[in-house]
Amino acid sequence: MTQDMAAQGLRESATFDRATIHAIQRAAETGIYDIRGGGAKRRLPHFDDLLFLGASMSRYPLEGYRERCDTDVVLGDRFASKPLHLDIPVTIAGMSFGALSAQAKEALGRGASEVGTSTTTGDGGMTDEERGESKSLVYQYLPSRYGMNPDHLRKADAIEVVLGQGAKPGGGGMLLGQKISDRVAGMRTLPMGVDQRSACRHPDWTGPDDLTIKIAELREITDWEKPIYVKVGATRTYYDVKLAVKAGADVVVVDGMQGGTAATQEVFIEHVGIPTLAAIGEAVRALQEMGMHRKVQLIVSGGIRNGADVAKCMALGADAVSIGTAALIALGDNHPSLDEEYRSIGSAAGYYDDWQEGRDPAGITTQDEDLARRLDPVKAGHRLANYLRVLTMEAQIIARACGKAHLHHLEPEDLAALTIESAAITRIPLVGTSWIPGQQL
Amino acid sequence: MGTLTDTPFTTIDLTAESVRELNRRLHREAAVGSRWRIIGSMGRHNIAVGLAEKLTVEIDGHVGYYCAGMNQLADVVVNGNAGVGLAENMMSGRVHVHGNASQSAGATAHGGLLVIDGDAAARCGISMKGVDIVVGGDVGHMSAFMGQAGRLVVCGDAGDALGDSLYEARIYVQGRVRSLGADCIEKPMKAEHLAELTQLLADAGRADDPAGFRRYGSARKLYHFHVDNASAY
Repeated sequence: MTQDMAAQGLRESATFDRATIHAIQRAAETGIYDIRGGGAKRRLPHFDDLLFLGASMSRYPLEGYRERCDTDVVLGDRFASKPLHLDIPVTIAGMSFGALSAQAKEALGRGASEVGTSTTTGDGGMTDEERGESKSLVYQYLPSRYGMNPDHLRKADAIEVVLGQGAKPGGGGMLLGQKISDRVAGMRTLPMGVDQRSACRHPDWTGPDDLTIKIAELREITDWEKPIYVKVGATRTYYDVKLAVKAGADVVVVDGMQGGTAATQEVFIEHVGIPTLAAIGEAVRALQEMGMHRKVQLIVSGGIRNGADVAKCMALGADAVSIGTAALIALGDNHPSLDEEYRSIGSAAGYYDDWQEGRDPAGITTQDEDLARRLDPVKAGHRLANYLRVLTMEAQIIARACGKAHLHHLEPEDLAALTIESAAITRIPLVGTSWIPGQQL
Repeated sequence: MGTLTDTPFTTIDLTAESVRELNRRLHREAAVGSRWRIIGSMGRHNIAVGLAEKLTVEIDGHVGYYCAGMNQLADVVVNGNAGVGLAENMMSGRVHVHGNASQSAGATAHGGLLVIDGDAAARCGISMKGVDIVVGGDVGHMSAFMGQAGRLVVCGDAGDALGDSLYEARIYVQGRVRSLGADCIEKPMKAEHLAELTQLLADAGRADDPAGFRRYGSARKLYHFHVDNASAY
């Protein structure tokens, strides 16, 4: 098609390309902004812009299939008497029941538990399904406090105070009426079928000094047992991490702009926040300057796809990563076997991101009972467990090749930057040189 | 058999014990029906948070942030003023402050009764989800913002943007309302509303005449995203 156009001498505008033209036409027809799920789609500096320097003469590799490369991580041992001990450093990010079906939440819990990692609640509270199937469950404490219940706080294994997420730092959540079923409405104390608005900031504190007292309250209520995470959407990450540590966080979660959302304005997703790659460096610098690196753990999320991404996060200084979008894909989201059904609702397998509409044929981002029943939580959970195992094994392969007996032993020195841009962002030398932009040779 | 009021008070002096020790004892040692008196509060934060049994806690003095936060079942009395986030996310029970309360009193609370004899500052009842709040004096701006359920009774005046983006919480005001927030409107006071207001005032121990109040609630025009409401989002 494109070649035909080119043959006719037609030229597409780089500024007003077909997607842009379609967006303008859509806006003109509807009078309301576009809402979708997922994270930023634009090309961004990312982990693909880094390469590992495997061992050779100057470094000694570990035998790939015989020598140990450990993957465990302890999260939250700064103040909590019961920190989380996870077998792998890949956790499941917060996603709500409401955004996801109960079956999907159960599958996430099953998959995570099968490989010894944690999963996380979301807006709207904790369901019995996910608590029951999650060995380690992190309970999100969000601005809306929908479904917020102190009994659930006590049942959780950790608490995550959410200030923002990478897809929409500074923005509140939304859950459109199609997904406000009886059960969701009941859990959130909302009228059934309303387009739910979520607050963008917490109702009872406004700044870092208040957050210190809020964290102390959560500790008091749970008798100082639970690790307290603070999650921020990546923007002014250096300062946010310092303030979170000062406020008493055990763990800081930094979510880059590739991190997904269930429903947010397209313009927000694509134009607010910074890439995950840029956020890691800022977070690690902040922790190191405070003498808190590896004491307050850093979890990074937003665009983690494979074991190389995991290993690169570790090498840059993260203690663990979180996955959301990739976990949904592992459950069955966008599977090619559903292509015909995706096309019937105006999308296609590999493109489906209308997670806000509740018509997901995979039964994941829906509250329609018939659709949700399509997802077998046991099978989907096992698929997720397989994927988590692969992520871990891939990261181990790379770590062994770099001579590391634990994923946490990976370090910036194991990396080279493929582009000037990524060298400047990460302060990793440009490949084939010792040059870091902005620093003297 | 003795009554609850016969139960002797256990006194804790916060100039001698820490808030952490206080809360630990209230969580682990406090039997149902027991009564606790706290002195030396000196505006400390997080006093008597996370209570989950039917106890009585009386605090003689001012309290800081989040006093009685996430309360379940307990009866907490503050003989003084309260700081930010009084009884935030309360689930049940009763919290009574005989002085004034700072901002975000009763924030996101799901149930129970919160009584403030004096004034409450901004955002009283913000995102309330089922709690009943009775304020003897005035409330500050943005009170009952995004209120989802429950009742807010204001015996004095209300500040700007009362009930902004309201869902299904109901608001009764005896005095002047400086301004209503987006999608909040005055609604007729019917017999059923007079009855519930009468009961709420009685529960709070107040003698105000229900007939002197006006009722406010949601116009429900923001319940669905629509271009005509763009300026209100």
